[in-house]
Amino acid sequence: MTATEKVLEGTGRWFDDRLHLAGATRKFLRKLYPDHWSFLLGEIALYSFVILLLTGTFLTFFFKPSMTDVVYHGSYSSLDGVHMSEAYASTLNISFDVRGGLLMRQIHHWAAILFVAAIMVHLLRIFFTAAFRKPRELNWLIGLTMWVLAFTEGLFGYSLPDDLLSGTGLRILEGVLLSIPIVGTYVTFFLFGGQFPGHDIIPRLYVIHILLIPALLLALISLHLFLMFYQKHTQMPGKGRTNTNVVGQQFLPYFAAKTGAWFLFIFGVTALLSTFAQVNPIWIYGPYNPSGISAGSQPDFYMGFLEGALRIWPSWHWNVGGYSFAFNVFLPAFLPLGIIITGLAVWPFAEQWITGDRREHHVNDRPRNAPTRTAIGMAGVTFYGILWLEGANDIVARFLNISLYLTTEIARYAIFIGPVVAYWVTKRICLGLQRKDVHLLEHGIETGIIRQLPNGEYIEETKPVPEDVRAKLVARPELPQLEAADTDGDEVPAPSARSGIGKLRVRLNRVLTESIPLPTGNGHGHGNGHGNGHGAEPAAVTTGESGDGQPPADADQDGTADPGQGTAD
Amino acid sequence: MSWITARRRRPAAGYAVLLLGLIIVGVGYAALTTQGSPASAANPGVVSAQTIAQGKNLFEVSCSSCHGVDAGGTSQAPSLVGVGAAAVDFQMSTGRMPAKEIGPQVPEKPVTFTTQQIHAIAAYIASLGGGPTIPSAAQVSPVGANTALGQSLFITDCAQCHNFDGAGGALTNGRYAPALTHATPTQIYEAMLTGPEAMPVFSDTTITPAQKRDIIDYITRLRAEPNPGGFSLGRIGPVTEGLVGFIGGIGVLIFLAMWITMKRRGTNDERGTHDETAES
Amino acid sequence: MSETEPGHPLPPGEAGEAQEHEQTRVPRRVIGTPPPAQARILLADPEANGEPPAPRELPAGPDNPATAKTAERIVAALFLLSMLASIGFIAAYVGLEVHSVDATLRSNLALGLSMSVAFLAVAAGVVIWVRNIMPDVEQAEERHTFASSPQDRAAFEKTFTEGSEASGFVKRPLLRRTLIAASVPLAVAPLVILRDLGPLPGTTLRHTVWRKGTRMVVYGPNTPLRAADFSTPGQMITVAPEGYTENQDVLAKAVVIIIKFAPDQLVPNRPGHPGTIMNWTVDNIVAYSKICTHVGCPVALYEQTTHHILCPCHQSTFDATNGAQVLFGPAPRPLPQLPIGTDSQGFLIATSDFHEPVGPAFWELG
Repeated sequence: MTATEKVLEGTGRWFDDRLHLAGATRKFLRKLYPDHWSFLLGEIALYSFVILLLTGTFLTFFFKPSMTDVVYHGSYSSLDGVHMSEAYASTLNISFDVRGGLLMRQIHHWAAILFVAAIMVHLLRIFFTAAFRKPRELNWLIGLTMWVLAFTEGLFGYSLPDDLLSGTGLRILEGVLLSIPIVGTYVTFFLFGGQFPGHDIIPRLYVIHILLIPALLLALISLHLFLMFYQKHTQMPGKGRTNTNVVGQQFLPYFAAKTGAWFLFIFGVTALLSTFAQVNPIWIYGPYNPSGISAGSQPDFYMGFLEGALRIWPSWHWNVGGYSFAFNVFLPAFLPLGIIITGLAVWPFAEQWITGDRREHHVNDRPRNAPTRTAIGMAGVTFYGILWLEGANDIVARFLNISLYLTTEIARYAIFIGPVVAYWVTKRICLGLQRKDVHLLEHGIETGIIRQLPNGEYIEETKPVPEDVRAKLVARPELPQLEAADTDGDEVPAPSARSGIGKLRVRLNRVLTESIPLPTGNGHGHGNGHGNGHGAEPAAVTTGESGDGQPPADADQDGTADPGQGTAD
Repeated sequence: MSWITARRRRPAAGYAVLLLGLIIVGVGYAALTTQGSPASAANPGVVSAQTIAQGKNLFEVSCSSCHGVDAGGTSQAPSLVGVGAAAVDFQMSTGRMPAKEIGPQVPEKPVTFTTQQIHAIAAYIASLGGGPTIPSAAQVSPVGANTALGQSLFITDCAQCHNFDGAGGALTNGRYAPALTHATPTQIYEAMLTGPEAMPVFSDTTITPAQKRDIIDYITRLRAEPNPGGFSLGRIGPVTEGLVGFIGGIGVLIFLAMWITMKRRGTNDERGTHDETAES
Repeated sequence: MSETEPGHPLPPGEAGEAQEHEQTRVPRRVIGTPPPAQARILLADPEANGEPPAPRELPAGPDNPATAKTAERIVAALFLLSMLASIGFIAAYVGLEVHSVDATLRSNLALGLSMSVAFLAVAAGVVIWVRNIMPDVEQAEERHTFASSPQDRAAFEKTFTEGSEASGFVKRPLLRRTLIAASVPLAVAPLVILRDLGPLPGTTLRHTVWRKGTRMVVYGPNTPLRAADFSTPGQMITVAPEGYTENQDVLAKAVVIIIKFAPDQLVPNRPGHPGTIMNWTVDNIVAYSKICTHVGCPVALYEQTTHHILCPCHQSTFDATNGAQVLFGPAPRPLPQLPIGTDSQGFLIATSDFHEPVGPAFWELG
């Protein structure tokens, strides 16, 4: 045994004597991790969080969370002699008088941007591949909670330097809190320690930002990862992948190496951004002053949709009996956020109720195979996106030369029309892609080889789809028959379908499970008999077992049926 | 088969072409859009009757069709009696005047007159009704200015339209506050003094000449500063930062993720470009 | 290929035995989808008793030794590059000062670039290592259903029920109810002690510091302003109450914009037609609160030609000639107008506080 091996063995033995580790650690090292690029998105968030912790700790050694007024005499000469809070002055100090300080600040801010962006992209991946299904609903809810915590953390974090831009954000926060009925003024005065801006808000946000929310996030991330670990990651459909196995590469050495490399890539890309892309240049914004404001004031991107909601809303308000209902502030601040978070949170359970599918799912859906869900998701993305764009409407107006009011007026219509259009377009695209898959299964891949038949006709040769691709194309969850959708021989609906809720459920089920069925002989027809809602292909596409009596497809017309058709998987 | 052709059916090929297309369009657009820089006005010095006469001739040729023969105004353009030499110098040295088309706001254009001609017209207009004069070099010089006061004034009274970096901003109905990137100290002074178009007037009795110099000092310092954090991304804040974060950050990372998880060469890939002899 | 039966449930029995069985039970491994050129050893059950050591699950060497050799050199070069970059980072930190914008730029560029290269080079190297030097092996393994076996569930229920019964909690309502009664105020107490986070709002939001005779100062230079010095139509400036220019709490409510109009531009206030209250103006100079009635941003984009006051935050627009009535945007009410006059020396002063609260609407606004 080499010296290294001796040391390793000795150390291992020491710990094992005390902790009984060998079996569990071995299991850990042999654990299989399915592979797909979209599975790395959550890790972007995870590693960005680690980067935030590291750079954040550095920053806490230099930042002073105090609103005491000081006069600046540091290295940034354009602000020499200007009155500012200690928080702002210490941020200038970090930027211009601490070596590596600006880099650390920028890495911290870019990592925060990547953190929230990665969470959102990861959320979309989970949604569109239906990885939120049983047994992962809990993880889905934890993830949503972390999203809210993440952008709150970001908001509080970039407000700490007390610059003009973020201070304006705090002013808007105050206005929003004031609009809360009954308790608004109390909440505001308690948060700010009195009138705006007061002297307490920065130190309080500091504590929330460096202690409370990170602690919560750490706990939730640990739980999130543990659940993912314990329940094993989902896998994309493909050859050899079933709902009761996991196919992948084991932790040692593959996943360990890849995830380590991924962390370094993320750190490297963040560092690259921080070298070449200036972010949050607070020295340009100047210290916060409630009498100053800049054109083109926006919050960081993840708050953009809330900002857009505030801009898009008409001036609804209602004064009655000496009290004001500031709908024009309260509704935009809480309603779109409420719709999105509630909708997302409820979705796994709603889908279970509508489809009646309460089985475990460990194989992801391809988005195209769930056209309605994908379309609803894109409608939600469009809703969010329009609000987000409206949040930057003055920048859009200025640089695209569109009249300012017009941008808001367009947005007011687009917020309703856009999601509808997105739903319809996405659904058509998904159904079209499904048809393409069916075509591929039935007719094979075009080889690019042209042959001339004796009668003069040119045809292109096709060859059957390779096994692994075929496996991916036919992988569909077989949805159980909805009992409520059953009718007996005399067309009498099932008892549970007779109530209003029951009828609604049946109708929603029909819409949600709408899909182009697979060609005959490929095993996974749709069990509920309602799959053909959007016009079956004229050729050999049918549902379930009802054969159509047509001869098997024969694309190259050489008299034998195309291979790949009719082989059970 | 060439290296590129052999890889034409890889999944990444489509993305590579798209990326190439985007790069070509982006670079081409940036290269082709130019910004003209207006001429800077120098101190006109003493004005002579000859200059006024020259100015009158120039005025009649280039300006009277909209502003009236005696600069008294028409339905298309306001009277210039009493606007002062400063207003004329500002409008003409930034290329706004002569205006080519009527819209919500007259944009900057390349300047078609020489400085001397502009001063001549300015002198003529001034002779009609007085008004603010063109500031001298000393009046617009930032030497010895109080930068801190300039910062305070700029943020309080200018940034709400022009943005804290002077990047400009949107106003109502197609109007906008222009960016301050190319304005000369004289033009900045003149704009404050005369309140062109929608811009309010900041007369010398409200914002004193010394305070105007402070503001000019702050503006010129700010725009001359390099960006220590990298490319400025327009210095307009979180909007471009978010775009870069998503496209540059997440986008690049997604490409890297695809590389990390790509199936290796020699294994079955989706298009089946190699022969499958044993077909099950 | 892969099996479809789920993992079998643990046999009922002693907990210890079950635990031991759990830890030594290893899932069946099957190698899936290998490249056709490579042979792989199918794993035998590693619990084979007394046999020679189990055959390898993972091959020891790369799939393609020639590629692996080239790859190794590339990876090594990348690692060395990273090492140099990290050394460069340290050198840049030690060698490059900051303390000016230009110096900070150089330092940031050097530190950032070296750090980026250090990370990215190692990352790229590891990925090339994985892809070319590690053998490409994909494995498959069974999953277990998550629902516990009926026996386990029954056992759990038994333990839980026995424990609850033994505790006496279920059968003794007096204990139970008094425990709950004890915990409710205990849970509320931590909320109560947050009361001193801030003062009660009271009527604070209804008033500012403007009083009769408070002089207006131009914010920034903080010098008082004569009406005669503010005489050009189209002028606008931000003013603050004298003596309070350093107090941000005051400024957050009391900052005001004044605008000078030409004669006959202001629209007077009449019953049924809200407008500018002419008694509160001086010489066609009108003062409005600079705090937007939407959510409190300073509203100060004044367009001289259209008389619009535009708030840059959410584009609420007010008509300055017409008592700052709302023309567009989410603001619910006009900007409050401050009554102004001049003192004996001609300086602009307020003649009273605002007649309504400034800023965003709140519940008690009325």
